[in-house]
Amino acid sequence: MKDIATAPTTAVSNPPVQPTEAYFDARDVVRISATRDVPRPERQLEPVAKLIDVSKCIGCKACQSACVEWNDTHPEIGENVGVYENPHDLTPDMFTLMRFSEWENPATNELEWLIRKDGCMHCEDPGCLKACPAPGAIVQYSNGIVDFIHENCIGCGYCVTGCPFDIPRISEVNHKSYKCTLCSDRVAVGQGPACAKACPTQAIVFGTKEDMKVHAAERIEDLKSRGYENAGLYDPQGVGGTHVIYVLHHADKPGVYADLEENPRISPIVEGWKGVTKTAGLAAIGLAALGATLHGLFSRGNEVDDHDTQAADVLVKGRDPDDTHGGQV
Amino acid sequence: MNIDLSRRGFLRLAGAGVAATSLGAMGFGEAEAAEAAHVRAFKLATTTETRNTCPYCSVACGIIMYSKGDVKTGETAELLHIEGDADHPTNRGTLCPKGAALKDFVHAPTRLTQPRIRKPGASEWEEISWNDALDRIARAIKDDRDENFIATNEAGTPVNRWTTAGFLAASATTNETAWLTYKTVRSMGIVGFDNQARV
Amino acid sequence: MTNAWTDIKNTDLVVVMGGNAAEAHPCGFKWVTEAKAHRGARLIVVDPRYTRTASVSDYYAPIRPGTDIAFLMGVIRWCMDNDKVQWEYVRNFTNASLLVREDFGWSDGLFTGYDEEKRDFDKSSWDYQIGDDGFALTDPTLQDPRCVWQLLRQHVDVYTPEFVENVTGTPRDKFLTICEMIGECSAPDKVMTSMYALGWTQHSKGAQNIRGMAMLQLILGNIGMRGGGMNALRGHSNIQGLTDIGLMSNLIPGYLNIPTEKEVDWQTYLSTREFRPIRPGQTSYWQNYSKFMVSFMKAMWGDAATAENNWAYEYLPKLDVPAYDILRMFELMDQGRVNLYFCQGFNPMLSIPNREKITRSLSKLKMLVVMDPLSTETSHFWQNHGVHNDVDPSAIQTEVLELPTTCFAEDEGALVNSGRWLQWHWPGATPPGEAKHDTWIMAQIFLRVRELYQREGGAFPDPILNLTWNYADPEEPLPEELAKEMNGRALGDVTDPTSGAVVAQAGQQLSGFGQLRDDGSTMAGCWIYAGSWTEDGNMMARRDNSDPGDAGLFLNWAFAWPANRRILYNRASADLQGKPWDPDRLLIAWNGEKWEGYDVPDIAPTAKPTEVGPFIMNQEGVSRLFTRGMMRDGPFPTHMEPFETPMANVLNPRMRGNPVGRVFESDVANLATSDEFPFVATSYRLTEHFHYWTKHNPVNAALQPEFFVEISEELAAERGIARGSRVRVWGKRGEVWAKAVVTKRIKPMVCGGKPVHVVGIPLHWGFMGAAKKGWGPNSLTPFVGDANTDTPEFKAFLVNIEPAAEEPVA
Repeated sequence: MKDIATAPTTAVSNPPVQPTEAYFDARDVVRISATRDVPRPERQLEPVAKLIDVSKCIGCKACQSACVEWNDTHPEIGENVGVYENPHDLTPDMFTLMRFSEWENPATNELEWLIRKDGCMHCEDPGCLKACPAPGAIVQYSNGIVDFIHENCIGCGYCVTGCPFDIPRISEVNHKSYKCTLCSDRVAVGQGPACAKACPTQAIVFGTKEDMKVHAAERIEDLKSRGYENAGLYDPQGVGGTHVIYVLHHADKPGVYADLEENPRISPIVEGWKGVTKTAGLAAIGLAALGATLHGLFSRGNEVDDHDTQAADVLVKGRDPDDTHGGQV
Repeated sequence: MNIDLSRRGFLRLAGAGVAATSLGAMGFGEAEAAEAAHVRAFKLATTTETRNTCPYCSVACGIIMYSKGDVKTGETAELLHIEGDADHPTNRGTLCPKGAALKDFVHAPTRLTQPRIRKPGASEWEEISWNDALDRIARAIKDDRDENFIATNEAGTPVNRWTTAGFLAASATTNETAWLTYKTVRSMGIVGFDNQARV
Repeated sequence: MTNAWTDIKNTDLVVVMGGNAAEAHPCGFKWVTEAKAHRGARLIVVDPRYTRTASVSDYYAPIRPGTDIAFLMGVIRWCMDNDKVQWEYVRNFTNASLLVREDFGWSDGLFTGYDEEKRDFDKSSWDYQIGDDGFALTDPTLQDPRCVWQLLRQHVDVYTPEFVENVTGTPRDKFLTICEMIGECSAPDKVMTSMYALGWTQHSKGAQNIRGMAMLQLILGNIGMRGGGMNALRGHSNIQGLTDIGLMSNLIPGYLNIPTEKEVDWQTYLSTREFRPIRPGQTSYWQNYSKFMVSFMKAMWGDAATAENNWAYEYLPKLDVPAYDILRMFELMDQGRVNLYFCQGFNPMLSIPNREKITRSLSKLKMLVVMDPLSTETSHFWQNHGVHNDVDPSAIQTEVLELPTTCFAEDEGALVNSGRWLQWHWPGATPPGEAKHDTWIMAQIFLRVRELYQREGGAFPDPILNLTWNYADPEEPLPEELAKEMNGRALGDVTDPTSGAVVAQAGQQLSGFGQLRDDGSTMAGCWIYAGSWTEDGNMMARRDNSDPGDAGLFLNWAFAWPANRRILYNRASADLQGKPWDPDRLLIAWNGEKWEGYDVPDIAPTAKPTEVGPFIMNQEGVSRLFTRGMMRDGPFPTHMEPFETPMANVLNPRMRGNPVGRVFESDVANLATSDEFPFVATSYRLTEHFHYWTKHNPVNAALQPEFFVEISEELAAERGIARGSRVRVWGKRGEVWAKAVVTKRIKPMVCGGKPVHVVGIPLHWGFMGAAKKGWGPNSLTPFVGDANTDTPEFKAFLVNIEPAAEEPVA
């Protein structure tokens, strides 16, 4: 007899070892990549959120470590290039990354070492999902989790381009796109994400989005009492709000936190793509899927010339490709 | 390298695709796509839990080890996962980057599994049985102690110390190991006895 | 720790100096963030580097490595001058009022009695004036010029803010801001906590660094308080336990001492350990020394230890030097005077200073036995690893045995955390291959040696042949049996001396050290652990995490020594009448008849508050601002430079390092000067790694893969070093190659009018394991140690640095 999990309200609990039935599943999907008219689920789950209080973060990388262990990834042992970030960027084997910024605050002339945990923001309006041409490769549940279904992923990298935060990374090994799942497998059985469970100072907390906003408000009040006048919540409305939110001591300057987007939004081109272009894209996928395996088709190596690259980037992101952080690995 | 399978190449292909073909005709019914959505199976289901303490620093965080198999019932147990114990008053379930990766410390590629001996002047190890290794050690202790034991000092006072052997004790072994080590080392008169308290 | 990790939530101000808690103890540091979030506590960090602890601090100040005493004496001076003193506490709970001998003094950086030849002090003048009644004289008004308080004021007079700035490099305004923040905690309802670790201990005057802060905490009235205390964060998971159980050259479990050879017999040994009170009516609990000691001897040698043979006193080794500590043993090894060495889960190749000397010393052994779960540098010291271990195996005649042991996941027993909690753990995995428990290995070694002595006879076999070994399976004693042996049990009926009632029947586990006797009727391996495994069972395995009053104490979780007490000196949390100084911080209170409250009282339950002082272990009954002759380098901390320093001691330019610091003659020539090695180096841990263990773990290796050093942008510019490039760092004793992390978090300081650059050297790399091969700072550090503890000076030494193209090929 399986227990049925309830929605988690905290990450501070011990995982069950008895067989446990997930509290959400495919019936709770509200959006599916490359799929129109997803039927409205019969129930609305309570939205969840992971709150990252940057002011409490000690940059210990427990979140990275716990993420690797829970998700069974194998990040490579790289080298030191003169900074504390390791690996040096998100990778298909590292879904979250501490980014370190040494910032001399012009208002106080004091050094601040700002440390931000980077990773998927689980946007309410997910650019990755909107850009994704592979049906069912990206789904969003009504609790806000945006998850990649790797069986359906074709490794095209559109999700990277569609993401206003430059998060997903494509595996060189299996040509699938990877990012933080918000530990959907843990959340499904009533647990918080592995990073939030591990976080020593509980700079990362997890629960309902409502609770997280209340908690954030308390933290912001404390920061203001310590002289951080511009402390505030980062829950960017340009993407409809996110299910990973930050408390920042300098909420007026997100950019000082390793270039956190001031005002993230999905490229208008990707937005517009929902209509005719996307349908066309889907058709291409469909044909390909019917005809040959996608891997076979695409891994042959479509050479792309500079002109094509330029044109494609302008189309998708509205900017020159040299400006992008990439996303190819 | 996936660069060849870039979004640019794909965009071109998509852009050139046939217009306005319905999903259904492509074999991707919406319902089916939705059915495909799933979360990973919860990997700790039906594992055995054991309470332990993180062996690294002396905050001594409570941990739970999740194993396949139960040593308490005499089974072989393979460690699958380690997580902080939320019931523990100090760490409340949290772990640092070392503690959170403890499973891979236990399974480190450089864990020792077999006694080895390096003979004088040799450039490689050789395997040795426990029995032979322990006999060699006991013999070396006996011979050196008998040869160098200082029973009395110049004044004739019994001092019973053995200074040509030393023992560095760990600092992550249990109290019980420490006590048995203490008894053994002191009974032999070893005074070059230390632990890792200072470094 | 005097307190516990969970107690830090009760504080108003956290001072992290001599440590880096956020990085080295992240989950303990949680309680700092709790205090900040829920009590509005502030966090001060004083460190040569802007650390990850500093990144969440309210106030940060830099300090030159090795100058903490000057800083702390400066704070004490400021508090005394600005009336930031918890006066009632100082008058009643410290030795401020006791009078010191007329011939005690200090000048030119030295206390009276220095003998340059012997590099030692004659400490006889460092003592109280004792009256005819045997008690120390006092002046409760604190006005007598010979009272401790007046002498202290005189002693700290030189530490002006200007002096502090000049010596420590801490800007004066920052120093004064910190003084003000600390000074607020002299109010009875404001409490500060000190969190420190190896940043304070690993100096040639490390113990005096800690004394300095302990004195400040006493002046502020913060010892014994919830949210206060002196909190040594400690290193390894059971370093507290290993020290409690006395696995050191000169210790017997429970902080008793191995005799010296001057203590020719049992009576002489005990005569200096009578510990009679030196103030009227005081507890002086060490008066019970003989009970602990006899019980230990009975645990070791059972029936062979009798009153007639002075409890087998002869069996104990007698020391001819203060200690055969690790530095001395490697010195002796280097001299060819050690043949056989055991390393049980210890990697001296990377942990002991001057690696070149360590390799040379190990090469002179006949046999090295390494017991470890991992393949360590020490067990491979003879193996060539190119530039990372450039040795010729054929020239090394040491036989090495490498024995695979289990690790935590596969074993059972207790570890003692920094807060003195003994916590039991259980095995949940099968050992890999032929790995064995350390208990099995030690038993095998012992039994085989005993058998050889039984068969062949030999040098003084009695202590081996008579060692108690009555375990159910002698081949592998069980953790339960060993834990019970440490707790102690009654050998005959134990009676109450006043009522005559039997408090423990023969054969029963003892319930506490109050039941120990010196007549041979009790045994206990480690008296301070009495109460950990009683007739009621294994107290260390208790898992009730309830916390009455939200006090942060958790009395029913595991067991804390002594006597399950969670905050040491908790009697001092209440005033002279027994009322808590701060009603919101109740620990214990006097109800007119006895002490009661949340914690186990650190005083006899019925001891009247006005009569018996709170520091029951001290002969004075009060705490010590002045330590008499108990420390080798002075009864007050005085500024001393590191042995390697860019600046002469301003108090006495002739003094090098600690005038009584541990240094061997053969190493003196190996000390660097700043003309050749101009930069101050300091070593430290990074949060991604634990010592030299986690480089074996691919996950931690990925998080911090490669050896690096940290330097300021200014030094990088001066030496032409680019971020991420390779550098060579060299000192008097060796050289290393590393990547350069160029950072704003280290800034040049100005000391003695000259700029001082700091080179930060983290310590997690070697030539074994999963991470990239590198070096530890011990390739560079000097072979000198603290005067009192012999702890090596890892935190302040001299190096030079230059760009390097590539690592050389050996």
